[in-house]
Amino acid sequence: MTAPSAAPEPLLSTQGVTRWFGGLCAVDHVDFTLPAGEIRALIGPNGAGKSTFVGLLAGRILPSEGRVRFAGEDVTRLPAHARMARGMAYTFQITSIFANLSLFDNVALAVQRRLAPGQSLGSEVEAALARVGLDDRLDQPAGDLSYGHQRLLEIAMGLAQRPRLLILDEPTQGLSDGEIEGFKALVREVARDATVLLIEHNMDVVMSLADRITVLDMGAVLAEGTPAEIHADPAVQRAYLGG
Amino acid sequence: MTGFAKPGALHLAVALLLLAANFLLPEYHHGAMARVLTLAVFALGYNVMFGYTGLLSLGHALFFAAGLYGMGLPMQHLGLDAEPAFFLGIASGALVAAAVGALALRTAGVAFMIVTLMFAQAGYLTILYFLEYTRGDEGFVIAREARFFFGLDLAAPDVRYLSAWLLFTVAMFAVLALVRSPAGRVLVAIRENEERARMLGYDVARYKLGAIVISGALCGAAGAAYGLLFGYVGATFASVQYSILPLLWVLLGGAGTVLGPLLGVTFMFYLIDLSSGITDAYMLIAGAALVILTLFAPAGLLGELRRRALPWLP
Repeated sequence: MTAPSAAPEPLLSTQGVTRWFGGLCAVDHVDFTLPAGEIRALIGPNGAGKSTFVGLLAGRILPSEGRVRFAGEDVTRLPAHARMARGMAYTFQITSIFANLSLFDNVALAVQRRLAPGQSLGSEVEAALARVGLDDRLDQPAGDLSYGHQRLLEIAMGLAQRPRLLILDEPTQGLSDGEIEGFKALVREVARDATVLLIEHNMDVVMSLADRITVLDMGAVLAEGTPAEIHADPAVQRAYLGG
Repeated sequence: MTGFAKPGALHLAVALLLLAANFLLPEYHHGAMARVLTLAVFALGYNVMFGYTGLLSLGHALFFAAGLYGMGLPMQHLGLDAEPAFFLGIASGALVAAAVGALALRTAGVAFMIVTLMFAQAGYLTILYFLEYTRGDEGFVIAREARFFFGLDLAAPDVRYLSAWLLFTVAMFAVLALVRSPAGRVLVAIRENEERARMLGYDVARYKLGAIVISGALCGAAGAAYGLLFGYVGATFASVQYSILPLLWVLLGGAGTVLGPLLGVTFMFYLIDLSSGITDAYMLIAGAALVILTLFAPAGLLGELRRRALPWLP
């Protein structure tokens, strides 16, 4: 703003964003910036306000105070669907797919919004499912999949939107070790064209994927830095170990 | 991914079968089926909202009546011809639906049911209140001379059947095209998981309002056609009974299937018709049949068929 030669505006930023639930301050004046192209992990103890914070970013929850900017635009008052239409994608912490619809329809819903009329839906849907290895079950109802496969479908729906920012809320919860390895490879691949914000409890996933880590505690940013810096941070260790 | 071929062929076959029925049915059933086809358009309209979008309305009599009176009142009092009056009826249905939708969609679930029910009751009472124009419960007859549609006498049995058939066929293929389109997929997504649809970037409120307006236009078309084909406009059609009937038809035939509404109306019509030939307590037989069907085919006749044998049925 004052220095015109400064770095380009981050893809996503918040200023003093705050959310009260009755007398409880779930998110407390958080300033957050996420430059384009990064994989950022958001960690913190249970009840730190991580899910509320990404809810504020995605527009599922409106802030009591503060501002949210995305892709050069103030989106604080925009409803969730309008933010998604501007290039966010959000995968739910608790698997939220269309259980009675086929895999094809699930992914088609993620794809069709960005297609011009006449563009072929089928090949895009198959490609998105192929990336998670589910392209052999197009006609199967999504509800028949195992839990791990439902998580993968959810991720495929996120990818299929070709988002600029992909928000993943605890994506590896309930996945087997083998599935987690596949997931990590997938996120690295996605991160070549998208920015990724990841809420995650699995420290192995966080440490190996994230470029930078933001630690939330009691609704506020406790620390931010590279995985190595966070690993060594005494304040973070106290928050996690309750020391 | 299933192509368009199978569903398209099935619906075409049904349309042709109904066309052939015009020449084959005995007189009584010929007249009855004309009525069934017109009411099936009403049920099709209800199904767009309930079966596909998951919005349970208890006020659809209002949209049917909007079509009926939107057509009938200008004909009766302004001497309007049948052709513009019919399209005025469709527009009335869509317009009333847009107004009710804009207000009722602020609620969801049970509250939505109650609000739509209240709007329909308000509409019914309004018709009774303007007794001078509407003749209330007694209603009014549209003279046979006025019921000429592009030179065709709608009171003639053949013309009447074929008009009802044409309207039904157009409505059926319109609904088929809608539910197989990307927009139709979004409506089903809203029914299945509204929050997920929103988080995929769809403006859920706008899609719901669109579904209500389409539903209102179809119900308005059914109401206007009913008045023109059978020559009578009365407040009974705005009563709560005509809000419950489309729900029953769609539930019986199969909510969220394109042919379910037709099957539901036919089944219910002949159930009451046949049982009233056996006993005066025909509602008892009809009621028992409904209970049995609900117990053993909770997804409706076609819904059950789709679940068991024909997963590609739209």
